Amino acid sequence: MHFKQGVKDGFPIFLGYLSVSFAFGVLSIEKGFPVWFPILTSIVNFTGTGQFVGVDLIAAGASLAELALTMLIVNIRYALMSVSLTQKLSPEIGILGRMWVAFGNTDEIFAVTVRKHKSLPLSYMTGIILCSYTGWVGGTAIGALAGNLFPASLLSAFGISLHAMFIAIIVPPAKDDKRMLLAVVISIILSCLFYFIPLLSSLGTGWSVIICSVLAALIVSLFFPLKLPKEEEDNV
Amino acid sequence: MYELKDLLISLAIMCVITYLCRVLTMILFRKKITNTFVYSFLQYIPLTVLAAMTFPAVFFSTAALLSAILGTIVAFVLAFFKRGLLTVALCATFTVFISEYIMSLLNL
Repeated sequence: MHFKQGVKDGFPIFLGYLSVSFAFGVLSIEKGFPVWFPILTSIVNFTGTGQFVGVDLIAAGASLAELALTMLIVNIRYALMSVSLTQKLSPEIGILGRMWVAFGNTDEIFAVTVRKHKSLPLSYMTGIILCSYTGWVGGTAIGALAGNLFPASLLSAFGISLHAMFIAIIVPPAKDDKRMLLAVVISIILSCLFYFIPLLSSLGTGWSVIICSVLAALIVSLFFPLKLPKEEEDNV
Repeated sequence: MYELKDLLISLAIMCVITYLCRVLTMILFRKKITNTFVYSFLQYIPLTVLAAMTFPAVFFSTAALLSAILGTIVAFVLAFFKRGLLTVALCATFTVFISEYIMSLLNL
């Protein structure tokens, strides 16, 4: 029952991932990697930005230290997201379950699950993770094996799909709660500054996302803290 | 072109670091948070992370700035009226596809 709901909630992510990971597969082959490489990369990493950046660095002949540091910077936001997610997980989920959920804590799965108002059982998390993971690995394989068969215009259009999904997640709560709106607006302003001001943009996306989101959340939490919820015992 | 050993070592580094970032805090933080400030911070952070990841990156996510702006507007309007994630994502994608097609016809 919960598993089914998880799969259902994971379906939009599945579609978004098909296109993004497809692009990842195509790109890797263009860079001269063997077909198995992007597929195995998607199987063991299950992350978007990190994989694109990582493959870029490897192709550019970067040192292993550079690769490691960049991966840390690009992925450290997951540490924050995992803390938020622990607050949504059913307390019954043990350490092995958490290790599994952590593997599936992508931006998109996080974004969908963290919106839920009730505590999430392992079966639900497994449903949403497996559904999305299938799209991620499947899309990579299709891209790596048959990428040259698709027109570039279709690939370009899919470039916006995950961002559009994020917009669909951000807008409703920001519309309903002025404090959320303020947090979002501050984060966007900071992010634009980091993107367009040369000195700041040299920091790279990984750091920029962390600094902007943490600063915005800190400022709004200081001035407009939210009330703690009452104890919730019920499930999804 | 690439040595098999190098590829596997690079892949191992990527995968271990990505996973450690995700798993450490997931295992260390087990209790419900009772501090108002920390609670608020954790409520705000998902939205601020997504906002920072989306803007301004969304405008450069397609082949042309114009198609990305049109796609973003469509996504925003649909999201404002609380349409589902899939609807928003597919309509934005469709908008980009159509607008780039029209732009190519007009030789823009």
